[in-house]
Amino acid sequence: MRRKRIYMDHNATTPLHPEVKKVMEKTMSVFGNPSSLHAFGRSARRLVEEARKNVASFIGAEADEIIFTGSGSEANNTVLSILTCSSRECSLKRGNRSDVITSQIEHPCILETSKCLEERGVNVHFLAADCLGKVNIEELKGTISEKTGIVSIMMANNEIGTIQGIREIADIAHHYGALCHTDAVQAVGKIPVDVNELKVDFLTLSGHKIYGPKGIGALYVRKGTPFCPLIRGGHQEMGRRAGTENTLGIVGLGKAVQMRAKEMGKEEKRLRKFKEFLKKEIEEKIPDVRFNGHPSESLASTLNVSFDGAEGETILLYLDLKGIAVSTGSACASGSLDPSHVLLATGMPAERAHGSIRISLGRENSMEEIEYTAEVLPQVIKKIRQMSTAYAKEK
Amino acid sequence: MARKDDIWVYSGKLKEHFMNPKNVLTDEKGYEYDGKGIVGNIKCGDQMLMLIKVDKKKNIIIDCKWKTYGCASAIASTSILSEMVKGMMLDKAYHLSPKEIAKELGGLPEHKIHCSVLGDKALRAAIDDYYARNGMEYKIKKEKASIVCQCMNVTDQEIEHAVLEGAKTIYELQERTKLGTVCGQCKPQAEKLLKEYMAKHFSS
Repeated sequence: MRRKRIYMDHNATTPLHPEVKKVMEKTMSVFGNPSSLHAFGRSARRLVEEARKNVASFIGAEADEIIFTGSGSEANNTVLSILTCSSRECSLKRGNRSDVITSQIEHPCILETSKCLEERGVNVHFLAADCLGKVNIEELKGTISEKTGIVSIMMANNEIGTIQGIREIADIAHHYGALCHTDAVQAVGKIPVDVNELKVDFLTLSGHKIYGPKGIGALYVRKGTPFCPLIRGGHQEMGRRAGTENTLGIVGLGKAVQMRAKEMGKEEKRLRKFKEFLKKEIEEKIPDVRFNGHPSESLASTLNVSFDGAEGETILLYLDLKGIAVSTGSACASGSLDPSHVLLATGMPAERAHGSIRISLGRENSMEEIEYTAEVLPQVIKKIRQMSTAYAKEK
Repeated sequence: MARKDDIWVYSGKLKEHFMNPKNVLTDEKGYEYDGKGIVGNIKCGDQMLMLIKVDKKKNIIIDCKWKTYGCASAIASTSILSEMVKGMMLDKAYHLSPKEIAKELGGLPEHKIHCSVLGDKALRAAIDDYYARNGMEYKIKKEKASIVCQCMNVTDQEIEHAVLEGAKTIYELQERTKLGTVCGQCKPQAEKLLKEYMAKHFSS
């Protein structure tokens, strides 16, 4: 029986929403440069600005607080680069404020950039997380000082789905006069995100995680916040990000957030039900499993689970052979044998982190697919454990 | 080497051995073996157990069983190795290289070569165990590590391991091992070893 492939890796990327695809197909023939004054340019400009309004209103921002970028990673890099800009004209000369506080469970684009800043002499502090993936607030309070320039904490974790209390973090940052950034790539479009409720100064979002196109992200910059571009050489995005606008991507992102506004509420409930069902099935059918991340303060779509004695990539590939696409908590497939830095940061021993997979659900998943997964997964784990040197209990 | 980065198309032998691994040890207590080798560590993501039966007159491996904790390439390469060694002279089996195993599988992507390293190590450990049990300790070749970087105490074996893990340049080698980051004297030798190990494991 050849069944339809089941996609359960929505935290990696999502398929285009059919409505997004429709709008993008229509936009493909709009080629004018939005900066051109003639009719070709003006029609492209109109589409770009319309999308900007959509993105802004989706997160409670003003249109001129939204900068389109090439990706979420670029937006994150932009924010962190602000602090070390040494150009004379930079509006960001903020005395001694250049320390960075972030966390150990951030996406690599924050971690790597922070490490690079460290090498350039910036003081960076990586906050620890507890076993549920919550960033240690007490440690933040104890670390933050008058020298802290920015606190950057992700809103929802891509691997385990744990959601942070960003409002509290922003309040602490502001109390000390520091700026607050949140990488909300995994949160926007899944849970309500309002920049004024969160009180953040910067917020990152991305198109392809919310059924929009790849190669488009956005950075929210609160009005009046010091800013300095990462990519220079053009007046685009009010001089904040040079480069001819990616009209097609921007239009796609604009439509994607519109569709999210319509669908995310209902979808959250549906996916939460799926996740709980899957969790229960796994618990009942497979011994020696552990669920990772926060039991309630986490994304409805993300289920991260560890299986004793079974290696994550092997689980992934046997599931793939059965038509189910998930991802590992580990980066083994990408060439490193190191287990997930997120799982390790939650205090998990390396051998358990190696045996973890992430199931991330999305709008097209059905109950039938969840049931099929719940049926296949126990067989796969059993098979792997039978040939494992690290699992002797099942006899 | 076929399909450098796309083993996940599940083509040919790799798919077959991953889907239906051969010679998996199922009866751990009942299986009588002449040599046993266990290498790796689950903390590092892979571990392998290999048991061999030997025809003591002919010095030939007549049967082989294994268990592994590891990724798909580790499972497939151990499975194919267990087929390759049946009927093989001990001396020949002792010198099987990861490259030969990868070749038999139809190639592994570069970043997966290290997964096949454990198989031949486990096999050698099993043969060593057989030699030790049968009064042939003189045949055991101790893998002697020699120190290359005196400052950071990095050995040639660690350099080889780093190469298998994907280090291709001296810079990447330093990132992984920290060699040559203090006095830097060992860098020419490390570069020479890097070239040697690259040729040993990755040239076709």
